[in-house]
Amino acid sequence: MQRRGALRRIGLGLGAGASVGLAGCTRRPDPRGPLEFWAMGREAEVVAELLPPFRQRHPGIDVRIQQMPWTAAHEKLLTAYAGDVLPDLCQLGNTWIPEFSALDALEPLDDRVAASSATSGINRDDYFSGILETNLMPAGDGRNVLRGLPWYVDTRLLYYRTDLLRAAGHARAPQSWAEWRDAMAAIVRRAGGGQHFGALLPLNEPEPLLALAFQQGDVLADGATRGAFSREPFRRAIGFYAELFHGGLAPAMTNTQISNVWDEFARGMFAFYISGPWNIGEFRRRLPRERQGDWATAPLPGPNGPGVSTAGGSSLALFKSSARKDAAWKLIEFLSETATQQRFHALTGNLPPRRSAWADPRLANDAPSRAFADQLERVHPAPKIPEWERIFQEMQATAERVVRRTQGIEAATVQLDAWVDTLLEKRRWLLARGGR
Amino acid sequence: MKRRQVGWVFAGPALLVIAVFFALPVAAGLALSLTDFDLYALADLSTLRFVGLDNYLRLLQTPLFWQALFNTFYFVAVGVPVSIGLSLVAALLLDSKLARFHSFFRTAMFAPVVTTVVAVAVIWRYLLHTRYGLINQALDALGISAIDWLGNPYWSMPAIILFAAWKNFGYNMIILLAALQAIPRDLYEAARVDGAGTFARLRHITLPMLTPTLVMVGILSVSGYFQLFAEPYVMTQGGPLRSTVSVLYFMYEEGFRWWNLGNASAVAFLLFVVIFTVSWVLMRFDRDPEGTR
Repeated sequence: MQRRGALRRIGLGLGAGASVGLAGCTRRPDPRGPLEFWAMGREAEVVAELLPPFRQRHPGIDVRIQQMPWTAAHEKLLTAYAGDVLPDLCQLGNTWIPEFSALDALEPLDDRVAASSATSGINRDDYFSGILETNLMPAGDGRNVLRGLPWYVDTRLLYYRTDLLRAAGHARAPQSWAEWRDAMAAIVRRAGGGQHFGALLPLNEPEPLLALAFQQGDVLADGATRGAFSREPFRRAIGFYAELFHGGLAPAMTNTQISNVWDEFARGMFAFYISGPWNIGEFRRRLPRERQGDWATAPLPGPNGPGVSTAGGSSLALFKSSARKDAAWKLIEFLSETATQQRFHALTGNLPPRRSAWADPRLANDAPSRAFADQLERVHPAPKIPEWERIFQEMQATAERVVRRTQGIEAATVQLDAWVDTLLEKRRWLLARGGR
Repeated sequence: MKRRQVGWVFAGPALLVIAVFFALPVAAGLALSLTDFDLYALADLSTLRFVGLDNYLRLLQTPLFWQALFNTFYFVAVGVPVSIGLSLVAALLLDSKLARFHSFFRTAMFAPVVTTVVAVAVIWRYLLHTRYGLINQALDALGISAIDWLGNPYWSMPAIILFAAWKNFGYNMIILLAALQAIPRDLYEAARVDGAGTFARLRHITLPMLTPTLVMVGILSVSGYFQLFAEPYVMTQGGPLRSTVSVLYFMYEEGFRWWNLGNASAVAFLLFVVIFTVSWVLMRFDRDPEGTR
């Protein structure tokens, strides 16, 4: 407690102009009060609808859901940590888990999962391994500790126009980079150029490039203490990425510059679009009826055959500071049950992380979702360091410079590595002195 | 001696408040800016390192910091004149004997100042909407094609300036109006007798008499506008393409998004130096070169 007090005093120093102060009052955890559950965006709206069966089963546990917008959630959680007012459990984007693990704020879940597998059927092997992997954080002794339980998954793959692909002479979705590039070139040739492109890779979204990079190798080196962006694997990935733009196969545009992605897709401005699971619902809702038969999803092509993609999504995490961990775990257990996950999918379109939940006919018989199930067997977790989110954003800023030709690949990647090395200096220092 | 002690007793409570809530935080912030306080230090204070001026030196080599500084200067250089110009025109209109419904207009034009930024920002987002916004519909009626106000990096800052000027001009208007009403009417009468027209009176009486107030309003506006934060935070989140990242927004991201509080404090002090310098230069303007005051 004394450490936090000192922190708060230091924190006072940053008063100048900042609208978010480090919280002033400390909540005494009350073991009999309601469970505090923080969730984000659409999930927070929907989770209350999932709860009636939980309330029936555990009438003694009252749950209070706090809704946060995604744009403010990260700041709010960190501020809550600094102010010692974290909730009992929380929806946590899985790229944030390293950060909160570094803060030592997350309760290890290994024992609880092991105990639950006997009573409620939560089984680690039932989870897509690449997704579960994002929740495993190395502990001091070299073991991996489970710091969160995946709630829903997110990965990126191809949405494409089947009719345009067929008309350009390609019978099946592309499997390799070369095949994909050929298909795009054929589509552009057939459309006669102009405002027609092969693919839309929005310049403000880093995920497509990261997926291509993972297909080639690691983006960080030396135990994630230095950048590997100027090395061969990443250069091949960004080379392929930039070539798509420079060759006229992809427009150098951000998502915000295209007022309606679905209209443009229906109009044939581009035939491929790399996006995530939420767009299945959007495509069904927003594409005109006569186009509904003309689109499909396919796993991401790799350098030589089907490739890996990113491993995103949200987890449910239990905070160490909670005074009601057992009750909170019961809620996580409930939300992770196959039946609850299927209902969750029906309400939101979020894809479940457990293979058994995919037995639901609504998923198993749904062609666009099946491509995701296939892709989820091949996902690559992001580097598990607290600084990753920032590196991720900077990687895309670098790629944008390359695409817009303000910098060459060589100079841009060297500069990115120098920046990453500076950013990770503290991490190297910590590892050298044997800290966390 | 006794008198002096009494003085301290009276000033004491105020001094104590200033020390605790101003001097101490500023000193702590300065100390913080010389350390690498970050996420790791938040978890374990023993990882805090003293880094001297490294934070400052690194910031000066960060392109985004320079871009934020440029964006902020852009906002101040355009926003302050626009806003004060609007205030002056509005104050002159309200001061004019020809105008009707003075108190109604005074209240109406002051209203934006007392509304919350977040609430009116939501309304302005509707006004600025590319397809359905009133502003673009008005432009369309004039035959000007739609502008993507908040999505185009060249138009985002003008949109923010427009919003900020609208939000703030009422405050300066009230101050200028008070100054206008304090100008002795006999000066105008004397000028009219000498044959001065409306513009000559404005130029030779109103503006010189307003100069001290204008300088004060200018300094307050400049230092206020340098602290641009809420408008881009609510309307654009710094985008598109970082075109609305202000220095304060950059500080907020460093501090509360990436939790580099050491860096963020250094940004705060650099911003302080900038505001201090600019205000000091403005104060020099206030010295009447002919020494007539």
